[in-house]
Amino acid sequence: MSVDDRFSRDHREEREDRPRGARSEAVTGPVSDWATDFSHAEPEWAADPYLIQDDLRQRCPIAHTERFGGAWLPTRYDDVASIAYDTERFSSRSIIISNFRPAPELAPVGATPPISSDPPFHHDARKLLLPAFTKTVISRYEQSTRSFCHSLIDAFDGKDLVDAAQDYAKYIPMRVMADMLGFPPEDAPRFAEFVEDVLGTVSLPPEARLERLDKLWDYLYVQIRDHVDNPRDDLTTYLINAELYGRKLDTSHVVGTIVLLLIAGIDTTWSAIGASLWHLAAHPADRERLVASPDLLPTAMEEFLRAYAPVTMARLVKEDMHWRDVDMKADDWILLSFPAANRDPAQFDQAAQVVIDREVNRHAAFGLGIHRCVGSHLARMELRVALEVWLSRVPVFSLPDPAAVTWSTGQIRGPRTLPLQIP
Amino acid sequence: MKVQIDSGRCFGHGRCYDLAPELFGEDEEGYGQALGGGIVPAGREDAARLAEANCPERAINVLVEE
Repeated sequence: MSVDDRFSRDHREEREDRPRGARSEAVTGPVSDWATDFSHAEPEWAADPYLIQDDLRQRCPIAHTERFGGAWLPTRYDDVASIAYDTERFSSRSIIISNFRPAPELAPVGATPPISSDPPFHHDARKLLLPAFTKTVISRYEQSTRSFCHSLIDAFDGKDLVDAAQDYAKYIPMRVMADMLGFPPEDAPRFAEFVEDVLGTVSLPPEARLERLDKLWDYLYVQIRDHVDNPRDDLTTYLINAELYGRKLDTSHVVGTIVLLLIAGIDTTWSAIGASLWHLAAHPADRERLVASPDLLPTAMEEFLRAYAPVTMARLVKEDMHWRDVDMKADDWILLSFPAANRDPAQFDQAAQVVIDREVNRHAAFGLGIHRCVGSHLARMELRVALEVWLSRVPVFSLPDPAAVTWSTGQIRGPRTLPLQIP
Repeated sequence: MKVQIDSGRCFGHGRCYDLAPELFGEDEEGYGQALGGGIVPAGREDAARLAEANCPERAINVLVEE
């Protein structure tokens, strides 16, 4: 048997072998006009993107910016859906907007398959993951998630002010992802740093950002090498052993998919749990109704996902083209805002209101088309269990200082500081 | 009444088997499947319509026989 030496080189050397991408000048600072100079990395957007998006949908439904080397922001549901479905003209080769565009040769695989992959490769890479994320398979993690949520609330013991983002919401997906990937649970607090390094640094110059990302890659190589030496029943070993087209996956495919699972599995669900608790703290009538009628939770949860959808994706335009009244250039970014789509009055009645018993809710929080969030069943399980446990243990809570709440900037939006008063 | 899933449009969101588990199931990759040949038992018509109305991909068709 040959030794698996796919992970023996330093990842910096692996990177040197890759085709070079393109860098753009880092532009930061206050936005002059959201229609022509938007930035999702500025504090005004983090504080309330919905006001900005609702305004743009009226006066400039496909906004533009020169920042990040050029990007477009559609805010109508129909435009967002059309781009999500159109993999011929829009590439997923990078799905996080920054001042670095990976080389076109990186398609159709991309850095973090399958989310960064285009057809036809995408289908095969995604197929490897789907069986591990079905609703039935995910239900096996429900009991341990529930126990863990209880233990987090046990730790509130005696406190009357808790940070629901830092002391509750954050730990739930970190613990579940550590469990699924087979990483040491005591490393979970480091995952939040990795998430910040990937998603919170998009305005930095590419070199500075790369330095931050190296920490994550270093960590993952240690974990992967340990799994090569000591295989076990988890997703890391599964990916190390997985085969495509009759051979094991490339080094960059294994590492990239693990990066995807770790980052996409944490920030998103953390944000969804936090935003839901924020809403309930600020809207006592909704909180009381859910405490009195727990059966309403699955419906209410979908409404929180619609109104506070945490995830915005990105695409790259493949070729110069005229698309719905605008002239797009090859390699322009698209900021694909599912949150904006979810608040389009042309698609949803009372789009700006949170209606916790909304029966018909075709929201796009988990995306549309071939890139539908592969972890959506996991996210829904975690969100449901986190809210069930919280509402049963802490039925009364409030927001003593709304101004103390802080929100993440960038493509994943959720509360990062959420001080709640509990009895 | 019958329900059908357009397999070309289903991407495995699973809203149908969340909302109407008696009418829809998941396959081994999470894609939706109409159970029992898609025949909707009497009294379950509302569940069928709820699933149809909540499919983000509009992949579900409800067919009513005259």
